[in-house]
Amino acid sequence: MSVMVVRKKVTRKWEKLPGRNTFCCDGRVMMARQKGIFYLTLFLILGTCTLFFAFECRYLAVQLSPAIPVFAAMLFLFSMATLLRTSFSDPGVIPRALPDEAAFIEMEIEATNGAVPQGQRPPPRIKNFQINNQIVKLKYCYTCKIFRPPRASHCSICDNCVERFDHHCPWVGNCVGKRNYRYFYLFILSLSLLTIYVFAFNIVYVALKSLKIGFLETLKETPGTVLEVLICFFTLWSVVGLTGFHTFLVALNQTTNEDIKGSWTGKNRVQNPYSHGNIVKNCCEVLCGPLPPSVLDRRGILPLEESGSRPPSTQETSSSLLPQSPAPTEHLNSNEMPEDTSTPEEMPPPEPPEPPQDAAEAEK
Amino acid sequence: MATEVHNLQELRRSASLATKVFIQRDYSDGTICQFQTKFPPELDSRIERQLFEETVKTLNGFYAEAEKIGGSSYLEGCLACATAYFIFLCMETHYEKVLKKISRYIQEQNEKIFAPRGLLLTDPVERGMRVIEISIYEDRCSSGSSSSGSSSGSGGSSSAGGGGAGAR
Repeated sequence: MSVMVVRKKVTRKWEKLPGRNTFCCDGRVMMARQKGIFYLTLFLILGTCTLFFAFECRYLAVQLSPAIPVFAAMLFLFSMATLLRTSFSDPGVIPRALPDEAAFIEMEIEATNGAVPQGQRPPPRIKNFQINNQIVKLKYCYTCKIFRPPRASHCSICDNCVERFDHHCPWVGNCVGKRNYRYFYLFILSLSLLTIYVFAFNIVYVALKSLKIGFLETLKETPGTVLEVLICFFTLWSVVGLTGFHTFLVALNQTTNEDIKGSWTGKNRVQNPYSHGNIVKNCCEVLCGPLPPSVLDRRGILPLEESGSRPPSTQETSSSLLPQSPAPTEHLNSNEMPEDTSTPEEMPPPEPPEPPQDAAEAEK
Repeated sequence: MATEVHNLQELRRSASLATKVFIQRDYSDGTICQFQTKFPPELDSRIERQLFEETVKTLNGFYAEAEKIGGSSYLEGCLACATAYFIFLCMETHYEKVLKKISRYIQEQNEKIFAPRGLLLTDPVERGMRVIEISIYEDRCSSGSSSSGSSSGSGGSSSAGGGGAGAR
């Protein structure tokens, strides 16, 4: 009897992950399902900077200093790198409980609360914990079947619980949470600086050239300038304001979600137990603290029984007998620069940036 | 107590899973990763309380080391930021290094302490850092002394398998 060795496509864990995420590059890239506004962000940044480098920089490098395009290039590359890192990385998704674990927790809950009669909606499940001498409540997530850690929240758009959930940002096409908040902050900071830089040097360019050939002639020669100035003007008001807001949050070690819900403000509320009380310490922890790796293990290989459709007659190769690879040894975030793009979806109706996630809480 | 020492593969082949115990996270110190050291009653007859607590405390120590905020973590963060995080393409973060240490420690503990008692510790990383899962195995071919009245919960078949002990 001859043994048939057939090369089979292995099934990786990302293919079976619940939740409404899109995965690219065989699980290396993780984004939300709706990516239209993210493509718009990319287009605006790339388009504006291309115009700037093509027209204004050539004139200014000669007339003023060649350092101008160099700094612009550095800012541009840094903001693109942080944007892609924010968009493509796992924000800190908490994987759903496996059936055994969920059953164990249900048993514990029933033991404490008593059984609920059939047909009646069970009361919201809350556990009380004390953190730094203050009581913090843990809520039970019905979708993920876990007690959410403090500061975690369930994103209704991506249908995942995310640790230290900040908000879901359609402009980056992903949730912003524990693992990618610093990239998000650095992105909006560098984008603010880039916008101010491009805006300022556009003004300088128009001023310098107008002295030689007149204002209208300048605009006729490089019509792109008008477009750049308009885009930068509107971006300035939104992004710089956003950067200021997030600087305030970082200094107080708060998330957007907590700020919107007023978790730590108001007379009868507890003080923020996560703040160190010191602005510098808070900034250091949020921006330079240790970065936990993703626990999703997107590129782990699923064992044969769980991968589903396998024709029984085919012989297996050694690749399908590989055990599940342990999560920590994989560099899950090492390849977040795009190698290919998924097919663009139709543009959704424009959403306001950072819709508050109160709805996510209200439904639980 | 079983007289022979089971290694992990033998344990999986020769034993049937009775039940699982989940050690939950302890949030009393904030959001850092710590696990409760409360001794679960299901393990009462399987392992000494002190050994279990020592294992969990060591794990907690490792996680505290991984998440420690101090000079070296700031340095790593600033260096990474200065290179626009490209440095992570060739360098492992401190956290990842500690997770590898934890993995090795858990394997060692399983081989030396837990497997001989018919228990198996699962690395919390494989459970999303939510729980430490301890699988309790009933030995099919043991002499019957190890099949105690552990809470059988979901392991329906195991009580029939553990009834093999009653055949002795």
